[in-house]
Order: sequence, then structure tokens, then C-alpha cells
Amino acid sequence: MSFDNAYDAITDASDDKHWAFGTGFDDPLSGVDRAVPAGVSTADLTAYCLMLADDALVLSQRLTEWCSRAPELEEDVALANIALDLLGQARLLLTRAGEVEGRGRDEDALAYLRDEHEFRNVRLVEIDCGPGPGGDFAVTIARLLVFSTWRLAVFERLVASKDPVLAAIAAKGVKELAYHRDHAAQWTLRLAGGTEFSRERMVAGMARVWPLYDELFTTHEVERSLPDVAVPPSDVRAEVDEVLDQVFTAAALDRPDVAPMSAVAGKSGRDGVHTEAMGFLLAEMQHLARSLPGAKW
Amino acid sequence: MTRSSWPLYEVFVRSKRGLNHVHVGSLHAPDPEMALRNARDLYTRRNEGVSIWVVPAASITASSPDEKDPFFAPAGDKVYRHPTFYAIPEDVPHL
Repeated sequence: MSFDNAYDAITDASDDKHWAFGTGFDDPLSGVDRAVPAGVSTADLTAYCLMLADDALVLSQRLTEWCSRAPELEEDVALANIALDLLGQARLLLTRAGEVEGRGRDEDALAYLRDEHEFRNVRLVEIDCGPGPGGDFAVTIARLLVFSTWRLAVFERLVASKDPVLAAIAAKGVKELAYHRDHAAQWTLRLAGGTEFSRERMVAGMARVWPLYDELFTTHEVERSLPDVAVPPSDVRAEVDEVLDQVFTAAALDRPDVAPMSAVAGKSGRDGVHTEAMGFLLAEMQHLARSLPGAKW
Repeated sequence: MTRSSWPLYEVFVRSKRGLNHVHVGSLHAPDPEMALRNARDLYTRRNEGVSIWVVPAASITASSPDEKDPFFAPAGDKVYRHPTFYAIPEDVPHL
């Protein structure tokens, strides 16, 4: 709901209930056909939804770790907002995965009751970028810049997916990711152009996340077997490279020159093969739900 | 490392139903561009706004509490400045 003319807004009598708290909330998936499109493998579609869901869920968990520990109060809220946007994407995608799978697993079962090897996220989102000894604010921003640029490019194409649910989730996500990318780019410019110390941290932050860059563009078998439904990430490499180069140029940074982190026997995050950090992350994320099965809060 | 505080900005939001920007609070930010983004995150999370202004708090000239009486008290007894002697037609809303 939006109004071109402020007088229209004042005289709109339809929703006085939430006057003080904002109005016009809507459900991004209302009216979307939830049937699996003809000719699409449910196993592949389930796996693809899990890939996209786990990327968002795990990064959301990582960003949440900054809650109450960001350098400034305002930034604390900004990172929490971004985490919540990603959590929202994860919930819709996990729900879709469970529904297509047809084994009665809901979003909670998929988030809390799967083990590490069943998670399909890229390794970029799971590494510990701080707060704490694992990293700092600059690494967190470097990862957010790379991740949101990549995911935005994928989602912009996913809007045309043959699966109407994925298309609707992507349409909602594009606006969120565009903001995340902007936020990360703004901070990259400021840290790189700030003090000697902040620039040093920004350069180190980019170098830290860069080994996981190539993995983002490796098209998985599942993505290959879903033509017109999935977006093969190799398609977006040129665009992501170009966007990041623009930021690097504006920030007077060099594209990091570091070797990619290798896969393990040809397998990486999308195959359920993760780094050491992943087990600790899941232990924290899943502990409560597994200790008290079926608990409501 | 010494740490200097970011400057303060005052935030004004125009809501969907509002005709004008209303002061909603303040925040700290390193520069105006980031202030605008911080304002988006702090003050429009619940779908409240359609437009945001941020103003450096240092640019605002405020009346002083010490001058309250000379500034405002003289208006207190000028009842003729209020249009209270007109009958308000019943079928005119939003007056």
C-alpha cells in the first residue's frame, strides 16, 4: 500500500489499528501457486531450496553474534536488521524445501534437526569473522559485501524461475539484498578510506574471505539438473566481478591475490563438506531446540 | 587506541499518513550518508516511513529554556488570536 498524495493517506479509513506502528504489511507469498511445476524433480528442487536457505540461515546466525557487540549502537541495529532479513529468506526457503520434500519436515525440523553434513551452504557464510578472536568488523563487512553482491545477482535472475514460489521469494529478497550490499559497500569505502589502521583491517578482511570466493561460482549438479528453475552461479560471475571491482576502485583497494581454499576430494559446502567452524556454529544454533524437543517459546 | 565519538544527527521521518516530516529522535553517524542509513534501520523498521531527513544536531539553533517566559508567555492571554468564535460545520472532517 502506498500513497502518492499525503491527503489520501490521511483519509484512508481501512486500517486505523496500527496507526502508531506502521501499516500496510503484506505477505510476499500470498496468492502464489505452491504446486511443484511439471517436469521438475522434487528431490532436486528440495536440495536447491536447502542450498539457498542454508546460505541465508548460517550467515544470519553469524551476523546475530554481533548483537550487543558491534562498534556502535546504530551499527548493532543495522547488522541485526540484516540478520533478520536473511532469517526471513531462510524461513520461506526451508518451508518450501520441506513442502516439496513431502516428508512432513517443517522449517524448524530442517533448521534444528539436521546434522552438519546435511547443510548445503557455501563455506563463505560459516567461517568465524568475529566478534572475538575469529575476526573483526572489517572481515564481517568484507564477507557481507561479497555475499550480498553474489546473492543479489543470483536472486535477480531467480525472479524469472519456473517455480513460482522461488520467484516470489527472490522478488522479496532482491530489495533486501540490494540494501545489504549498499550497507557493506558504504562501510568498505569508509574503512578503506579512513585511518591507516582501518584501511589495514579492511585489506586484511578482504584477503581473509577471498579464498572462499571461487566456490560461490561453482555450479552444482543439482543446479544443472534444474534448467529454468535454478540459477547456475557460474552465470553471475562476470557481473559479481564487475560490481566488486567498482567498489575496489572507489575504495582504492586491490583485488586480493590469494589462492582459493581447496575442496575436499572435489566436495565442498554444497555437498555438505564444511570447515571446522561449522560444527561449533551448529552446536550453538541447535543446542536449545535439541535439548528441549518440541519446546515452544 | 583513543576513540572519538561520531557527531549527532537529528532524524525527521514523514510517515505514509503524514503531511510533514516529524522529529522522531537522534542518532550518531560518521557522516550524513551513513546517518541516513542508520535512520532507516533505527526509525523505519516497522514500515513507518516514506521519507527521511537527517540534520546535524549542531546545525540546529534552539530557543533556550531561560528565555521561555519572554518567548512564549505573552501569547498565553491573547485569546483573540485563536479562531474559537466560529461555529464548526458538522460535515467538515479533519478540521
